[in-house]
Amino acid sequence: MDRRIVPCLNRGLALHQWPVTPLAFTLWSFVASIFAGVIGSLLGLGGGIVVIPVLTLLLGVPIRYAIGASIVCIIATSSGAAAGYVRERMTNLRVAMLLEIGTTSGAISGAVIAGLISPRWLFIIFGLVLGYSALAMFRKRHETAAESVPPDRMSDRFKLHGSYFDEALGREISYRVTRAPLGLVLMYVAGVVSGLLGIGSGALKVPAMDLGMRLPIKVSTATSNFMIGVTGAASAGVYFSRGEINPFIAAPVAAGVLLGAWAGSHLLGRLQGKWIRMLFVVVLLWVSAQMLWKGYFWK
Amino acid sequence: MSDPDSTLTPAERDHRVRQVELLISRLLRIGVLTSLFIIVLGMVLSFTHHLGYRESADELKRLTSDDAEFPHTIPDVWQGLVRFQGRAVVMLGLLALIATPVMRVAVSIFAFIYERDPKFVVITSLVLALLLLSFLLGKVE
Repeated sequence: MDRRIVPCLNRGLALHQWPVTPLAFTLWSFVASIFAGVIGSLLGLGGGIVVIPVLTLLLGVPIRYAIGASIVCIIATSSGAAAGYVRERMTNLRVAMLLEIGTTSGAISGAVIAGLISPRWLFIIFGLVLGYSALAMFRKRHETAAESVPPDRMSDRFKLHGSYFDEALGREISYRVTRAPLGLVLMYVAGVVSGLLGIGSGALKVPAMDLGMRLPIKVSTATSNFMIGVTGAASAGVYFSRGEINPFIAAPVAAGVLLGAWAGSHLLGRLQGKWIRMLFVVVLLWVSAQMLWKGYFWK
Repeated sequence: MSDPDSTLTPAERDHRVRQVELLISRLLRIGVLTSLFIIVLGMVLSFTHHLGYRESADELKRLTSDDAEFPHTIPDVWQGLVRFQGRAVVMLGLLALIATPVMRVAVSIFAFIYERDPKFVVITSLVLALLLLSFLLGKVE
């Protein structure tokens, strides 16, 4: 959230101006987190776009605790949905592991070069990139699975191709993966950006797998869901030792997100790919607008 | 692990992959349910130790203020656990939750060994090494 907006909204409509007891706080954040878990697990995002505004704007939590809670939210989204996604072969574990090399090395580079690059232009550039990805994903909304993809030696060598059972279509869907080297490069960039800006890791990963590597949309979101958990866990230790994971705030978030993600993982199979894609486009446009906003008002 | 392609037929390999998927799925469910149970237990403890949490709005300000007190090192968590403090129990559950994805990567290394897939044994080990590196770099800062 923009630093200049948070305080004025806090003064205006914040729920915490009214006498909120710790019990009420726990219940409110628990309910909001269930929603965050459903959205995050369906779309392969961390759920921070729901949890951070609810905690800061509605419940008046300091931003650093909200960010700490959103890291817990990412891991809970990933772990809560993972059991279901692995069993139904929705997650492509081989693609995830290969790409995770790009993401983690990118995140390390991002942390090292942080401070050398002004986040302002990164926000603007990636706001535009995400906006463009949203358009590209919207254009192929009627496509269920890629009919034919360009052959790719790396995908063949690492046996990345796969299949999953699509409950909405009622049949097994086989798919071939392509442009694995491009995917690795994009994941490195996604890692650098999330290392530098602290947001948008899932929002960059899903379009890279969907548009670049031509994975089915459900496999893209489930695979991203796995990856964000792994990367999130690596950075969670830092937030813990800095004292930014406040147990009183993170507990209802973790519990709610775990339940929501569990429900979302059962929903993904049944929903049509088209609807997942449309929902993702809407969220992507929102994240893109947020990044452009932050870049424009950067001080 | 030597001469990987000749030791397993494709059918055997598929069978092993499926076995591993079901095992990982079960481990994940156990890990998640355990951490959820510990977190909820910690919350219940907090609320029963501090009855004021149910009516006092000032308590909330204290709990969420910038200088709120809670354990954020492993020894702190341990000391709180010995005294059966709700917030320390919650922290233990959160740490268990944080550990699940890392454990999953570690288990996957063994899974790929079992599937006779040396390329992915190397890739997964590299990912685990990078994760530990980023964890250490974060600590240094």
